[in-house]
Amino acid sequence: MIDWSWVADHLGVLAFRVLQHLELTAIAVGAGFVISFGLAIWSVRRRAVYPPIAALAGILYTIPSLAMFAALISVTGFSVLTAEIPLILYTLVILIRNIVAGFDGVPAEVVEAARGMGYTSWGRLWRVELPLAVPLIIAGLRLASVSTIGLVTITGVISDSFGGLGYFILTGYHLQFATEIYVGAVPSILLAVAVDVAFVRLQARLTPWAATRGVAAG
Amino acid sequence: MFADPKVPSSAGRDATGMCAATVEFRHVSKSYDRRDGPAAVDDLTFTVPAGSVCVLVGPSGCGKTTSLKMVNRLIEPTGGQILVDGTDVAGEEVTALRRRIGYVIQQVGLFPHRTVGENVTTVPRLLGWSREQQRERAEELLGLVGLDPARYRDRYPAQLSGGERQRVGVARALAADPPLMLMDEPFAAVDPIVRERLQNEFLRIQAELAKTILFVTHDIDEAIKMGDLVAVMQAGGHLAQFAPPDEILARPASDFVARFVGADRGLKRLSLSRIGALPLHQAVTAVAGEPVGDARQRSLADPFPFLLLIDRAGRPLGWLPDRDVPADGIVDERLAIPASPLLERETTLKDALSMMIAADVQAGIVVDPAGRVLGLLTMEALGAAGRAGAAGRAGAGAALRRAERRPAAARPPAAAP
Ligand SMILES: Nc1ncnc2c1ncn2[C@@H]1O[C@H](COP(=O)(O)OP(=O)(O)OP(=O)(O)O)[C@@H](O)[C@H]1O
Ligand SMILES: [Mg+2]
Repeated sequence: MIDWSWVADHLGVLAFRVLQHLELTAIAVGAGFVISFGLAIWSVRRRAVYPPIAALAGILYTIPSLAMFAALISVTGFSVLTAEIPLILYTLVILIRNIVAGFDGVPAEVVEAARGMGYTSWGRLWRVELPLAVPLIIAGLRLASVSTIGLVTITGVISDSFGGLGYFILTGYHLQFATEIYVGAVPSILLAVAVDVAFVRLQARLTPWAATRGVAAG
Repeated sequence: MFADPKVPSSAGRDATGMCAATVEFRHVSKSYDRRDGPAAVDDLTFTVPAGSVCVLVGPSGCGKTTSLKMVNRLIEPTGGQILVDGTDVAGEEVTALRRRIGYVIQQVGLFPHRTVGENVTTVPRLLGWSREQQRERAEELLGLVGLDPARYRDRYPAQLSGGERQRVGVARALAADPPLMLMDEPFAAVDPIVRERLQNEFLRIQAELAKTILFVTHDIDEAIKMGDLVAVMQAGGHLAQFAPPDEILARPASDFVARFVGADRGLKRLSLSRIGALPLHQAVTAVAGEPVGDARQRSLADPFPFLLLIDRAGRPLGWLPDRDVPADGIVDERLAIPASPLLERETTLKDALSMMIAADVQAGIVVDPAGRVLGLLTMEALGAAGRAGAAGRAGAGAALRRAERRPAAARPPAAAP
């Protein structure tokens, strides 16, 4: 069923596409995170801006990707921006909500203690609230990454120069060649799992204190 | 990272130099809704002298927490002024102010992502102490609150029991040696046994450090035990009475205060006083196993109807009714009725009464630390002491503190046998 010799002949291009897939994902999640973090901090400090920001991010998420690509091609042409802008916009709703939820989840008494001990409001945000928000922020990054890895395959419709592993899926689909579809799909799934595991590891490193939760004194 | 000339980072560390501030409330009011809305705190005026513990006590919602938080400006008053060492806190830079005031809350609020050691040195870190200074200070403070630094320093708060967390919370508030501490129901979240222990440790630490402390509780017994001064507050944020504990108990300023301190305020007063220097009834004694001499005459001449048998070291063995005292010969220890409860100078009058009632006797035997008889505490003497408030006006905390500061002077003069 799988044409292994085809696979063997295309290892070079497979490696190239895996890297491209990772790169498109990293740019999207990275830029999405920077934007989301800024908007989330703004929301945490000025509560009134949160509902409109959340609503806007939610609306953006509902725009079909194909429609967004088509609309962007007339503006940004076949540049990487056409692929990245929708990917970035789709991460916002997940990331903003999780980051805000992370800050909201900091226990009120911890915030009060920090204020009472004389932290400045920025000092408190960075040194007390942010570290405690890390678990939920990373949960958001995991979700955003996994969904972006899936979406990257669709960027292949813009042009052959995008799509990462999606390139194989699309051409395999056009040629009705199952092997090529598998060569696109399976590594894409593995990539998603690997990135997810990497984030879990990162979280364990960033939050050594969380591992001890609930352990009795002794 | 923070440099403020007003913050004495190294001077503040001097653990021996007593470091305390006067706190003065001047017509302080707070309404949450509008300036003229219903008051949470209404025209509060009182002064807490440097080095004393002032307990704010009152029913739930009477404005205790609000009053406390106005001192470190977590809440801004809508009227009046709060002065710390004569300076209006409203005019101070708020973070610098807070770094000079220790703050302990009921839920503790330890930072879950920081180890115990890091939690304790929070304020020193904000003040820019060196790592070495911080490490030393953490060690010192954990020792002070009874936690072995080697065992606890690197733990996270999730790995502590409730009582241990409270201790770390107190250590953290003490870290930069603040002249003023605010404590909002610091011991309310632990069980009664741990609370009692924490209270006693607190009094011990306070005896050593002599900070000015504003302490909030809704438990009148805790207020009486911990306070040099008690501010009883009433719904609507009114100050119902501001006085030393003994005066609150002896002369409640209103029906509200009388009800709040409870019908057992007489007993509570007894718990404030220790046997200390109360005049003791001089017991008529005879040494067991030795010639009786004139013991019978002496005993009959004394209004107390028993003779106390003691051993050669002066320790009590038991009672002998006057009429059973032999006129001559050797006093036989086996005749003695088992002795009354043994009391010490440090025993509170309430405990003494309780022990005497439990043993169904009319007098307790007061002994010195070596167990030698000093004299008798009779029911009548207890009653008189309760009426007079004999041990003075200060709370148990102050009394204990005085006792600890001047251990020699606090020792009772040895009673003549
Ligand atoms: N942030 C707030 N906004 C509006 N009202 C408040 C606020 N905080 C407290 N209050 C009100 O002010 C009054 C005093 O509250 P405060 O917390 O000072 O009481 P408390 O004496 O500490 O009570 P407790 O013993 O229950 O802790 C209460 O009636 C409370 O409802
Ligand atoms: Mg309160």
